Amino acid sequence: MAYAAGVDVGSTQTKAVIVDEAGAIVGRALIPTGANVVAAAENAFAIALGGRSLAEAEVGFVIGTGYGRYRVEFGDAQVTEIVCHARGAARMFPRTETVLDMGGQDTKAIRIRPGGDVIDFCMNDKCAAGTGRFLESAAAALELDLEDLGPLALKGRRPVAISTTCTVFAESEVLSWLARDRKIEDILLGVHRSIASRSVALLRRVGVEGEVTFTGGVTRNPAMVAVLNELLETEMNVSEESHYMGALGAALFALERMRKGREPGKTAA
Amino acid sequence: MSAWAGIDVGSTYTKAAILDAHGTLLGTGIRGTGFRLNEAAEQALNAALEAAGMVAGDVARMASTGYGRNQVVRRDLQVTDLTAQSWGSRHFYPETRTVLDVGGQTMKALRLDGAGRVQSFRLNDKCAAGTGAFLEKTARYLGYTIEQIGPLVEYSQEVVPISGVCAVFAESEVINHVSNGAQPADIMHGAMVSLIERSVRLMKRVRMEPQFTLVGGIARFPTIVKVMSEQLGAEVNRPPGDLVQFTAAIGAALLARRRQRKLDGAAGEPVE
Repeated sequence: MAYAAGVDVGSTQTKAVIVDEAGAIVGRALIPTGANVVAAAENAFAIALGGRSLAEAEVGFVIGTGYGRYRVEFGDAQVTEIVCHARGAARMFPRTETVLDMGGQDTKAIRIRPGGDVIDFCMNDKCAAGTGRFLESAAAALELDLEDLGPLALKGRRPVAISTTCTVFAESEVLSWLARDRKIEDILLGVHRSIASRSVALLRRVGVEGEVTFTGGVTRNPAMVAVLNELLETEMNVSEESHYMGALGAALFALERMRKGREPGKTAA
Repeated sequence: MSAWAGIDVGSTYTKAAILDAHGTLLGTGIRGTGFRLNEAAEQALNAALEAAGMVAGDVARMASTGYGRNQVVRRDLQVTDLTAQSWGSRHFYPETRTVLDVGGQTMKALRLDGAGRVQSFRLNDKCAAGTGAFLEKTARYLGYTIEQIGPLVEYSQEVVPISGVCAVFAESEVINHVSNGAQPADIMHGAMVSLIERSVRLMKRVRMEPQFTLVGGIARFPTIVKVMSEQLGAEVNRPPGDLVQFTAAIGAALLARRRQRKLDGAAGEPVE
């Protein structure tokens, strides 16, 4: 049995996925990227392998993706994360035509054909507003864990209107609402709405068609999913694997490359 | 003895200045603004009074300015930051035609006419890149405080280019440079260069003319003044020492004195 792997080195977290020859996920890992990007890629890969006690030699092809894809020193090739998210989303939800990827430092809107070919995309590459980082700033300002934000925001009833655009200034705005005795859940709901509305504006630039699949780390935040669904007037596809979608796409590309390499009679592993 | 007070309630710091009848600076006070703006104003004023050896009763009139100016309960009048900054800058450099004010959360460029009237201004308040917050964040990523920036950049041998588009994205850029062995001093120098490039763009939009006067907290760093002067190809005025932070407060105090003179019947008399 041969396997293929994808390693998605994001600005905040590094994800690794191992797939079997049928493209099914057999191992996965998620760790913070930290300052040592090379080590993060190696560790995520090792953990993903360990889950199935696979030997490295059994993995025939590895593709790196994400902002640190060139730091995956054991990688055989690199593919951009846009293409990988598109591919992963199409595999997991075949009717996907629009992908929203919300990560630690960037948000991307991607339009795809059924099957995963990218038609168009749009991203915030100049500004951290409207990314997961905005949530991190709010969590830091309120001294809460990132995981607690979503569940708390879902309890909000009267969201505050967040006026600042910049993530750096958002921290002080959040504190100013606290100083005005607004409930934490209402402040948080306001923060979620502010990020979601920026993402929806990004989506509108590529056009919202067909099924929308939500990928990236922020998919684990239930309030973001709820607010986006409300603004988009649709039910986005979200799964437990959404966070691994880029790594999955990379692993599927690796599998393809492995098969191609094998055709002329080469051994893959 | 009567004195005039100006209080500048900024987004990050609140500054107060006390002037006598001749426009001589008697004392200054500064406090973090926080969220209780009137409290910060009172504290900064009390600190300035103490430095001047005066009590609240000595203040004939007090003007407030800055983003929190309407929260200052004891104010006699309020003036816009632009007017206060124009008066404060011209107090130090009467030939000033262009003022660049870089605060903790804002960057402002003003063009003045020969009489100090504001002809044009541009403001950046949507984005932390190009403000003091950008330098503060960069310093924090490097493990330094804002106070350590000045001495640190003095050791810089070269400029590490920092793109400066976003104060948040600067973090990964800084981390990459550090892991590639770049010196913190050179990274900080690069952050200053990118900040000044942004501010020069803002100054071009007000159609800047000499003389140029730089005010606000970051003007304390000699490297900032040097880089700006290189980019403009011209001399840049900078009020002495820590007074770069107090120009708007001083301008407000001058405007308080002018109001008093108007009320006393000396209307129209120029202050300087």
